[in-house]
Parts: sequence; structure tokens; C-alpha cells
Amino acid sequence: MTSSYTDYTVGAPVADTAAPGGPIEERWERRRFGVKLVNPANKRKMKIIVVGTGLAGGSAAASLAELGYQVSSFCYQDSPRRAHSIAAQGGINAAKNYRNDGDSVHRLFYDTVKGGDFRSRESNVHRLAEISLQIIDQCVAQGVPFAREYGGLLDTRSFGGAQVSRTFYARGQTGQQLLLGAYQALERQIDAGGVTMYPRHEMLDLIMVEGRARGIVARDLITGETRSHLADAVVLASGGYGNVFYLSTNAKGCNVTATWRAHRKGALFANPCYTQIHPTCIPVSGDHQSKLTLMSESLRNDGRVWVPKRKGDDRAAGDIPEDERDYYLERKYPAFGNLVPRDIASRAAKDVCDEGRGVGPTGLGVYLDFSDAIGRLGRSAVAAKYGNLFDIYQRITGEDPYAVPMRIFPAVHYTMGGLWVDYDLQSTIPGLFVIGEANFSDHGANRLGASALMQGLADGYFVLPNTIGDYLAGARLGPVDPGAAEVRAAEQEVANRVETLLSIDGNRTVDSFHRELGHLMWDQCGMERTDEGLRKALDRIPELRREFWTNVKVPGTGAQLNQSLERAGRVADFLELAELMCLDALHRTESCGGHFRAESQTEDGEAARDDKNFSYAAAWEFTGQGEPPVLHKEDLHFEYVMPSQRSYK
Amino acid sequence: MKLNLKIWRQAGPEDRGRLVAYRVDDADEDMSFLELLDVLNERLALDGEEPVAFDHDCREGICGACSMVINGEPHGPQKATTTCQLHLRHFRDGESITIEPFRAAAFPVVRDLVVDRGSLDRIVASGGYISAPTGSAPEAHATPVPKANADRAFTAAACIGCGACVAACPNGSASLFLGAKITHLGELPQGQPERSDRVVRMVETHDTEGFGGCTNTGECAVACPKEIPLDVISQLNRDYRKATTGGRRSA
Amino acid sequence: MVTLGQRPATRARHTPRPSSVQLKIVMAVSGALALLYLVAHMIGNLKIFLGAEAINTYAAWLRTVGEPALPAETLLWLVRVVLTVAIVAHIVSAVILTRRAHRARPVKYAHRQPVQGSYAARTMRWGGVIILLFIIYHLLDLTTLTLNPNGVPGDVHANLVADFAPSRWYVTLFYALAVIAVGFHVRHGLWSGLQTLGHNSAAAQNTLKGVALVVAVLLTVGFLSVPFAVLTGLVR
Repeated sequence: MTSSYTDYTVGAPVADTAAPGGPIEERWERRRFGVKLVNPANKRKMKIIVVGTGLAGGSAAASLAELGYQVSSFCYQDSPRRAHSIAAQGGINAAKNYRNDGDSVHRLFYDTVKGGDFRSRESNVHRLAEISLQIIDQCVAQGVPFAREYGGLLDTRSFGGAQVSRTFYARGQTGQQLLLGAYQALERQIDAGGVTMYPRHEMLDLIMVEGRARGIVARDLITGETRSHLADAVVLASGGYGNVFYLSTNAKGCNVTATWRAHRKGALFANPCYTQIHPTCIPVSGDHQSKLTLMSESLRNDGRVWVPKRKGDDRAAGDIPEDERDYYLERKYPAFGNLVPRDIASRAAKDVCDEGRGVGPTGLGVYLDFSDAIGRLGRSAVAAKYGNLFDIYQRITGEDPYAVPMRIFPAVHYTMGGLWVDYDLQSTIPGLFVIGEANFSDHGANRLGASALMQGLADGYFVLPNTIGDYLAGARLGPVDPGAAEVRAAEQEVANRVETLLSIDGNRTVDSFHRELGHLMWDQCGMERTDEGLRKALDRIPELRREFWTNVKVPGTGAQLNQSLERAGRVADFLELAELMCLDALHRTESCGGHFRAESQTEDGEAARDDKNFSYAAAWEFTGQGEPPVLHKEDLHFEYVMPSQRSYK
Repeated sequence: MKLNLKIWRQAGPEDRGRLVAYRVDDADEDMSFLELLDVLNERLALDGEEPVAFDHDCREGICGACSMVINGEPHGPQKATTTCQLHLRHFRDGESITIEPFRAAAFPVVRDLVVDRGSLDRIVASGGYISAPTGSAPEAHATPVPKANADRAFTAAACIGCGACVAACPNGSASLFLGAKITHLGELPQGQPERSDRVVRMVETHDTEGFGGCTNTGECAVACPKEIPLDVISQLNRDYRKATTGGRRSA
Repeated sequence: MVTLGQRPATRARHTPRPSSVQLKIVMAVSGALALLYLVAHMIGNLKIFLGAEAINTYAAWLRTVGEPALPAETLLWLVRVVLTVAIVAHIVSAVILTRRAHRARPVKYAHRQPVQGSYAARTMRWGGVIILLFIIYHLLDLTTLTLNPNGVPGDVHANLVADFAPSRWYVTLFYALAVIAVGFHVRHGLWSGLQTLGHNSAAAQNTLKGVALVVAVLLTVGFLSVPFAVLTGLVR
């Protein structure tokens, strides 16, 4: 009997048993008091594997080593400093209220829950808001060169979805500076012997022994050798899966393999359809394009978004008089104007382009215009704030944004979905912890700008180091025999898969499959999703996957640096994940945050949530490739921020 | 546009390596340089040849992974631009382009254009940090930092660790990379307690890794895609001199 | 399984001494001493324009200065010793740095890198060798007078005039080339030394480069003026 992927079944609800009760502002403190502690002498004997060295993984590996654990850190890049957190531009939120503009932990909590369209957990988000204060302190102490005012104090700026100025930044390179802080802390621990670093290593499978995560199988990308690494706990900090769309703002190497392999071993994957489309990216210029480049959201502080009022108006931007321009964000959302959250800004851009008012050679673009800001503040002040972004723009497009407005268009940027974790950041596999973008926890259906850096560092510096001890102290783990059947089986599985990929020797390159998958996902599971389109995608993906496994061409051998082979393994996993994303999007017939179902919108085209039927996180259980998965629901409860129709008008 | 490429091919560290000529007829001036290599690699793969290995990741000029020397210049002819952000509109139709890996004893070739830059990480590990264990930080506003210092710290901290300075330096020195980190941390009040130790240990590691000594030729700052100023090396020298002659070094 | 706590194998490598920065400091300090000497030397040379007696008296004074408190030629020898030590240290450091530079780039680029920094910076090593050869000749010519056509101790003026006689144009040419090499060497060396000794900042960079250029030009012109004057008959 063949069952269709859309015939998923609903399993038992999943519950967050680690979450403490009580007043929301006391929960994190209660949990920290509640966790079992590992005594320092025992920590030295315990091994923890951390996969990924971005903000979450880097900060976690360093912090765990500082606590005394033996840490092994893995990254596919040649250096831990290159993880893609480095590309985050705009800033990091913290409820410091240095501006005296009414900010508070509670307001950051409120904004984040609301910004996430009421699809996140209140307890987690509140903890995140609390920790935001410590993150800034920690980073300043490490020497992160945040922007400062003339008095020597930290400067802040505004970001989308907030009416207070709480975003700390380091020019347009905040992610880089925060990551270098974590990287330097990590290098310090490498030097001290607390962390063993494995650069150019890719995790290809999770090793489970007696139902617990006990290690990983990793491939040394230089020698091609695959071998197992064993530990007492495994932490995945491997980032998001935006590259399923082929074109995204992610780095070329970003992939879902680590989390997908864990999902195949039993970890639930939650809300895979929640993807964030960032409104301000440089538009696609041609078929050769290999990636998209973001223009920081901070630009919307001073840039004004507009398109011509008239359809098909192909005059140069400067020739269009003021009264023939439609500043549509300011018109539709007077309260937040150009600073509406990302999902709203992206969809609004899509709408005006669908109406035929898009600009640029492809018609897929809108203007982001700085002429007002340059007139008001002067060119040098604008350059001081955004100079590097303007430079990037000019390098890529060959146009001078000081003279002509930028052209921007939405692009895939971040994935809110990820492996399901409890309050302790532990997945449904005991001993497997998931942090940063790789988990699903804090952003609900839409992430606010400058919150990814906050969450990555909160998880890595402050949450995980406090909660992982509870598992380690309680688990009473013995050593794993490197020759154990489970270990050997995992190694063998990886070796077979590599062997298979190399032996197909078909007629299509890995990239051609990836591009086709990406197009399909962008068209059917992108900014706007429909029942019909998603079903189409769900029909096509298995075909494409079958073709991949019979017709892909991977040159070279497995015993060398083989970048085609690396990509092939990643695309193979994307071909499975894509199916789950579409199914999740299909089953969630409401619109919420980054998930917009055309069938579910208000009269004026805003996302219409369906709290009665969908106020839950959808956590999916893997049952086999192409087999219908099992849906486990985690109901969401709101005690402090009552769900309402988000309004930024 | 059509381009004639000469690309360094080397199967592994032990292989001697050689330049191999390729021709790409369907390049587009809006392509980035790495997209040109993508096009070539797609063709090579379909022809059953091994694609050219090259490091790259973010493709937006910030991760520092891309690392090739184009016509004798690290990251190519465009000023303040990494290879991934270099577009073909800066080349002429029919132009011949030679592509080589970064050359330095401290950057052994792994394969084709891929080199091992772990030596830069080890320089950082030997002292390029401020010891601030998680949780120990005081309130962020406890220590104001004059804007001028903060700005200079940032300018130096913008280094992406790509190693172009080493590739450009006739001495194979990593002094610009080293000076950038010394300057970044040395400009901040938080960086003062370890300032002397840091510079001595980092210079020691720099030399041990097999980088050459700086002779102030200035090639590094010209090649740097992030325009790290040459004077960070001056700051490095000054800190080193003070650390080794003033008896201020604590360990 | 992999054991934790491995250290990178490269740690076992030996650390070269002196450190690269120490060598640079030696280069800078020794270069500075040599430069001070050059300035004094150049000023002394200019006395030839005040007549034969002026320069011959000056040359004699150099040998008697400090008397009677100090024995004859004490200061002269002090300067000679310090200068020799400085030059030897300068050369030794340069050789060590050059050898390390070659080791640091064992494989050269196939496509030669165009010169991007300053030309003077790129020519320090060959320029230095030319200067060293010249110094040896110069000492034999005008200090020991072994190779001087006049060769009368104490008669500096006559020795110089004989040296730069138009018929000996090749000597003058060699001298001029060497002086220009010194100019280039000083142009980069002075700036480089200031950079090494830590007196550089982005703001001061252009000023320092300007100062280095001016000093280099003045030295070159000053030194060239003597043979030029002899050649044109201005001094005879």
C-alpha cells in the first residue's frame, strides 16, 4: 500500500515538562534553582559535542569549557570565525532602556510575542528578554566595539516592530563583532585545552545509544575520513535551513543536515513552514545568481520605501515627481510606517509588484530612498551610519545609492522553525540539545529584527550552560564503547550514503537539482502559500528526489576535499525537508507571521490567524523517507500577552 | 563575455600543482567572480572532470573564506573588495585571468585554490581575546569608552581574517592581521589588563607559525578588502616595545 | 573514537629568536643612527663651498675635537665604532628578515604581483646592497685614500676635486647612483623606522611620509651638490 505524504496522522500532544510555573518574571530564576548541579570534579570528566560555531555554538562551546566540561566543537568552515552569524548586519536588541523611552524587559517580551504573531512560548520569550540585559554586559566586557556616543556611552537605534530604541549595533557589522567576541572566547578555551576544535568537519549523523544522544559521525572534509566522536551530550547549533530555497541570504554552506539527521533519529521538527522573508535584499539580477545579499533592516530607519503610483511607470526614479510616488508603507501603516515588521513589509512589497508597480529591469523591486535623510542629516552622517551597506550595494549593482534610490526586494533570510526543544533547550532525544536558529523556540511565526543575535547568544552564553547540567547530573551515563553496535551502524550508514552518492554517476549536477528545488519552494512555499500550490509542490518534490538519487553526478572520490560531494549530501537532506515544510504549510490553513496562506486573510489583505484551531506549535515526527509523518501538537498558552490581531497601523 | 582563465590545480598538499587553462564563453558582466567559477565547475562536473576547489561561504564579503589571488592581487583588482563581491564588469571581454591560491608557508595548499589558514586562528588563540568568562561582566555602562577609541577599535576589528595581507606581503608576514587585533583590543579599557601579555604572545605565535617579518612595504593595507589601516602595525610595534622593555609584562 | 584535549601539532615548532618585531626595532634604531651620521656628514661636505681651508680645517677639527680632555681622535673613533656596530646590526637584521621572508613564501606567484606599495619600499634590499658596496669603495677612496688619485691625508679639498674630475666621470656616476640609492633608502627607511618605533597614526601618515621625502631629497641634493660643483668647475 502506498500512502501519500499528505495523509499524516496526529499523535499524542507534546508537552514542555521542563518549563517552571509561577509568575512569569520568576520562572527562569526558579528553573535555575531547580536544576541539578554537576560538581566541578565531575564536569572535567564529561564530554560535550557542540556542532556549529556561530553565535549560539561558539558562545556555548566557550561557556561550557569555562565551566570545566571537555568540549569538542565542530564546524564545516575552515575557521570557527566564519560561521554565518558573521553576516548579521543590523544589531542586537536589549531592554536596557538607556534611552529612557519606556523600554523594559516586559516591553521587549511583549513586542517579541506580538511580533511572533502569538505562536511562541511566553516563558521562553520572557527569559530571552531578561537575558538580553546580560548579553550586552557580556559582549562589552569581551571588547565588542559597539557604536558609542560622544559621551562614551552606548548608542542604540530603532528596528522594525518596536517603537523604542533598543537595538545596539556596531556599524552595519554587529553580527561580525558579536561573533568575533564569541570566537575569541572560544579560541581562548582552545588554547587552554578546554575545547578541541574540529574545523572543516561536517556532522553527517547522530549516534544514539540506549535512546540517548551519545555522539556524532563526522566527515573530515579534507581527508574525507568519516569517524565517530562520542560524548555525554550533543548540542546542535547548526543554524537554519533557508538554503532549501537555493537563493537566500544564507551562506552557501548553510544546511539542514545536522538537524535533519537528528530528526530522522527521532527528534521532533517543529513549525518547519515558518520562514522569514526579509524585505530589504538586493534584487536578483540573472540566472547565474548564487546567493542574495541583504541590506540591513536598519536602513528602514532613514530610508523611505516607495513605488510609482502608476502601473508600468518606467521613468527613472529621479524623474518621478513626489506626488506620483506611493510611499505605501507610510500610507498603509501610519503608526509604524517604514518600520513595520519584516513579514508585513515583505508582503506589501510583493503586493505592489503583483500590481505591476515594481521597479527595475525585472519589475521585482521597490525603491528604498535616502534622499530625505541625506537632505536632513547630510551625506556624511548617512555615510557614518550606513556607509558599508551603501558600499556593498554599489559593488553588487554598480549603482550609487547616494545618488539614486536603492532597489530592494524580499528574500529568504531566516527560519523560525527547527528542532523542537523544551524550556531547557533539550530536544525529544535525551541528551540532544538544540540552540540558536536550529531550534524552534523563541520567535513564533515571525522573528523581529535584531532578535536572532539576542537569541543565539542567550542560548549559548546563558541558557544552555545552566540547563545542560540538569541532564548530565541526572543521567548517570557510563562510557560508550567505540565498537558498540549502534556506533558501528551509524558509521556504516554514513559510509554507505557517501558511497551511493558517488556511484550514481548520472547526468545532472547537484546545483541543478538544488536550483530546481529552490524555484519550486519559492513559488509554492514562499511569501504566499495556497492549498493548490503546496499540493503541487508535494507532488513534485518526491519525483525530484527520486531523480536526484538516480541521476545526480558527483565527480571525484570520497577520500579527498570534494565540495560537490558535500553539497550533494546537503541537497539530499533539503529534498526531504522541503516535503515536510510544504506539508506543515498545507496543514496550517491559517496565516500567521511569516506563513501567509492566501485563503486566510482579512478584508484589507492582512494575515488572518485562526487561534481557535492553530494556537499550537506543530512538532513532526519522522517515520521514513517519503512516509507521512506524525504530528504532535504543543498547545500554546497566553497569560500575559493576549493574542490579538497584530496591528501596526 | 568570454574569459580565458589560468587556474592553479593541485590535487593535494604533496602534489606539485600547475596552472591549467580554461575558457568560459558564457560569462555575464553582472556575475560575481565566484559565480564565474561556479559556471566553470558545473561544466567540468558534467564533463566528468573534477571541479576547481575554492573556499567561499557567505558571498557577501564578510566571512573571509574566499581566498584567491587574481592576476597577482589577492581578491583581484577591485579596491576594498573580496573575491566574492568582485564582479566581472571590472574585466574586459576576452581578458586572460590567472588565478592562484594564497601563497605562504603558513598557508599550506590543501587542494587547488584552498589553503589552510589555521595559523591565523592559532595567533588569536595565543592571546587575541579579553578574558571575560561568561557571567562575570559588569554593567555595560560601568566603563564609558571615548568615541574616538571605540571608533578606532571598530575600524581594526573589521578585519575578516581572510589572509589577503599575508598573500600580498612580499615577506609573507601577518602583521596587519596581528596589528588589527592588537589595536582593536588595545584601544578599549577592557583590553588593558592583558595588553602586554597579549602582544608578546601573539607575536611569538606569529613568528612560530612561519610568517615573515614586516618591513613596512604597505602592500598589505593596499590588498586588505576591509581597508585596515597600516598604522595598526605601528600600534603593534609600540605595544610590543613597551611590553618587552618596560618590565610591565606580568607573566 | 577521538580523544579530547589534543593540541595542535604546530605547537612543537620552534620559535625563531629574536622575534620579527625585535629585528624591526634593531633595523629602525640602527637606521636612525646611520641617518643622523649621514646628516652630519652631508653638512660637513657642504663646507667645501666655503673654500679649501674651511673644509680642511673642519676635517682636522674632527680629529682634534675633545682635546685636550680626550686623546686625539677619541670622538672620531667613538662615532666610527657606533656607526660600524649600527651598520652591522642593520645588515644582520636585514639578512635574517630576508631569509625568513623567503622561507615564508617558498612558492612564488606565477603572475607577478604589480608593485602596489611604494617603489622605494620594494627596492630596500637591492638598494641596501648597492649602498654597502658603495660604502666599501667610499672608505677606500676618501678615508684610507687607497683608491684616491690625489691621496694626500688632510687635504680633503684637493682629494675631492681630483676624485670628481671630469675625466673620472664613471666615479662620479657611481657616486651619484649610490647617493640616489641612499635617497630612496632613506625615503622608505625613515618613514618605516617611525612606523616601527610606533610613531605613526592614520592622521600623521601623510605628514610623516612628507617629512621622510623632504629629508631624503635634502640629503640627496646635499650629497650630489659636491661632485656636481666639481664637475661644473664651481669648486676647483
